[in-house]
Amino acid sequence: MHEVLVLMEGIDKSFPGVHALDQCRLELRSGEVLALLGENGAGKSTLVKALAGVHTIDAGHIFYKGKEVTISNPKAAQDLGICMIHQELNLMPHLTVAQNIFIGREPRKALKFLLDEKAINEQAQQLLDSMHLKIDPRTRVADLSVAKQQMVEIAKALSFNSEVLIMDEPTAALTDTEIAELFRIIRQLRDKGVGIIHISHRLEEIKQISDRITVMRDSRYVDTVLTSEVTIDQIISMMVGRTIYESTPEVPENADREIVLEVRNLNRGQTIRNVNFTLKRNEILGFAGLMGAGRTEVARAIFGADPIDTGEIYIMGQKTTINNPGDAVQHSIGYLSEDRKRYGLALGMDVETNVVLATFKKFQGALGWVNRALTRKTAAHYVDALKVKTPSLQQKVKNLSGGNQQKVVIGKWLTCNCDILIFDEPTRGIDIGAKSEIYKLLNDLAQQGKSIIMISSELPEILRMSHRIMVMCEGRITGELSAAEATQEKIMTYATQREAVV
Amino acid sequence: MTTTVATSVKKPLVRSEAMQTVLAFAALIVLILIFSLASSNFLTFNNVVGILLATAVNGVLALGITFVIITGGIDLSVGTVMTFAAVMTGVFITNLGLPVPIGILGGLAAGGLAGFVNGVVIAKLKIPPFIATLGMLNIAKGLSLVISGLKPIYFNDTPVFNSIAMGSVLGSFIPGFDIPNAVLILFITAIIASLILSMTVLGRYTFALGSNEEATRLSGVNVDRWKIAVYTLAGVFTGVAGILLASRINSAQPALGQGYELDAIAAAVIGGTSLSGGEGTILGTIIGAFIISVLTNGLRILSVPQEWQTVVTGGIIVAAVYLDIVRRRRK
Repeated sequence: MHEVLVLMEGIDKSFPGVHALDQCRLELRSGEVLALLGENGAGKSTLVKALAGVHTIDAGHIFYKGKEVTISNPKAAQDLGICMIHQELNLMPHLTVAQNIFIGREPRKALKFLLDEKAINEQAQQLLDSMHLKIDPRTRVADLSVAKQQMVEIAKALSFNSEVLIMDEPTAALTDTEIAELFRIIRQLRDKGVGIIHISHRLEEIKQISDRITVMRDSRYVDTVLTSEVTIDQIISMMVGRTIYESTPEVPENADREIVLEVRNLNRGQTIRNVNFTLKRNEILGFAGLMGAGRTEVARAIFGADPIDTGEIYIMGQKTTINNPGDAVQHSIGYLSEDRKRYGLALGMDVETNVVLATFKKFQGALGWVNRALTRKTAAHYVDALKVKTPSLQQKVKNLSGGNQQKVVIGKWLTCNCDILIFDEPTRGIDIGAKSEIYKLLNDLAQQGKSIIMISSELPEILRMSHRIMVMCEGRITGELSAAEATQEKIMTYATQREAVV
Repeated sequence: MTTTVATSVKKPLVRSEAMQTVLAFAALIVLILIFSLASSNFLTFNNVVGILLATAVNGVLALGITFVIITGGIDLSVGTVMTFAAVMTGVFITNLGLPVPIGILGGLAAGGLAGFVNGVVIAKLKIPPFIATLGMLNIAKGLSLVISGLKPIYFNDTPVFNSIAMGSVLGSFIPGFDIPNAVLILFITAIIASLILSMTVLGRYTFALGSNEEATRLSGVNVDRWKIAVYTLAGVFTGVAGILLASRINSAQPALGQGYELDAIAAAVIGGTSLSGGEGTILGTIIGAFIISVLTNGLRILSVPQEWQTVVTGGIIVAAVYLDIVRRRRK
């Protein structure tokens, strides 16, 4: 018992523009739950992905049960007995639950190329029964709720009889009862001698389930401690290295601030259900909720990126119809996507072009040619004002770090003179230093008279930044909290207020 | 498909992914009704046989392409690869004088090889399917012309070859029921394709690839190998179509073939195969192929000029895809 299962030493990994892992280390023993902690962008996911064969490492050694191994692909990891549940759901939505669980190692009939569909379904049923899950293995995954899909992923991982199980934020989309169920299964596995790496941002949860804690910060290994010997405060200070979350939002208390945006009875299929809210001038309105709660969908609907079924949008008290993002920009609404690489930036183009991209018309001279002097001046102004770290305006955006890319997107919307800015996960994948700069920027923008909607899945971020908080769950707004009354617990209560168990 | 929240427990009558097949089938029936009301020449035995025969080549071609499209890929080369397979069969049988069964195997192998090359280029060299198969379209076209010396190869010395498509095994069992073998071969290959898609590992990974390729890879499936297998299988079906075509016209025509790929893609898409991958059925594809040939045949019987027939077919394809998109959006 408690032999060392996995030892990773001196692990180095770089991606273009980011040194993701710098001399990292990790030790996992059999029969323990090891919590891997760190801020977003600390390198936790990259480290465990190297163990699961998703990324190959640039340098360093991985020992499995004392022997050095090279893990070059997911199959190699699985063959060793290492299995990972990924943060973003990794299921085939068109296939059934059972087909998903057994993908890649389906029970076969006597003729090796024929699938034994009956055995697939029966074995899946047994597995789901052992987890006390009421899911029909013949259901298509696309027809399940996000939480149920998550449980299917866990069932799939369990079916490998793995000796090492890696869970990257498995609880992010689960309710309390579902988490309790998951923990029951984790403990059951631990007692069988399985080594479990658990990544989570919920520290109370970590205290409850883990035996040891390894902390990472800024792509480096910090320390490993026994869970029973540290307090949550000590863990936090290890994670952040400096106090960063202590400040509360500076709410400019001014009751008669005018309402710049009002949304009434917004509906779109099952994803947005009867959403009502207002946004005031100078305000940072936080949108909290679990993954899939419908926050991004609301933002996209307001921005005209998705059609709505019913609902009214008032801007400065005027009823407004927004049919497409062009309309939204006309009404000075800007949207900064959660996936800036896909929707926010032209990655292969330079900083200057990206900054002026949304407002090209402003820079056109006669016959439609571009006034380069003016674009350069404008881009230089925002690069300076936002403190974008770039060697030159001609640098390709893909070579900048996450934080600087985000600043370029912000610059792009500022050239539009947008009054209403919707930030969707503004600090996702950004390191801590850049994060606080983005926070400062948001505060400055609000003070300058902009109105900001900030969608975030990180509760500390929501609590630190928001003047007012709307909480969503399953497409509905389940609660509204002022900055003064908001706590993590209150937000979570609203965020998990489901209508009924489906 | 679920009506209201209160009654959402009730299962919908038709599973949503099967809906497009049902709609396509209804459209086919409606077309047949309209044409038979409009012209008494439509539902005659000879004309129905004509429609069936016209569907055979395109139908078999569409089977292979259905697999490819379900993986989220596309194969533009099936038209000219079909010709390449026909030319190779002609080379083996007529030019080299090899026995007919060997010639047939050679034709199938030629199709399979072209598909294999497509698969390797797409999976290993990471070239997008559209480009890779566009290249193969030209390569196969050129090779057919080079190998045949720009001239058709006839099968006049081997009359048995012509009877592969045009003979009637059914007619010899049931007198008067002279349906050509080509039709029988279409239905047999369709059943085989359907079994592969629903019951084999290859079929399962075909859907998995199209549904979420990265997740499939992370599940430890050798994604590259199965992708190559799918394109190779499509190539073999293309070979079958090539032999059917050559047998039917008793010659391998090296300049024929281009354009067939678009009808095959249209058949799959009208039948509910999603161009974004993960969805599709063989039954749907066969119905799609019949919709195209019923339409072409019916319009001809109504003396609609050929050029207008193409316009109508084009409109139908766009309408079918639009219907599918509308249906999906509502979900």
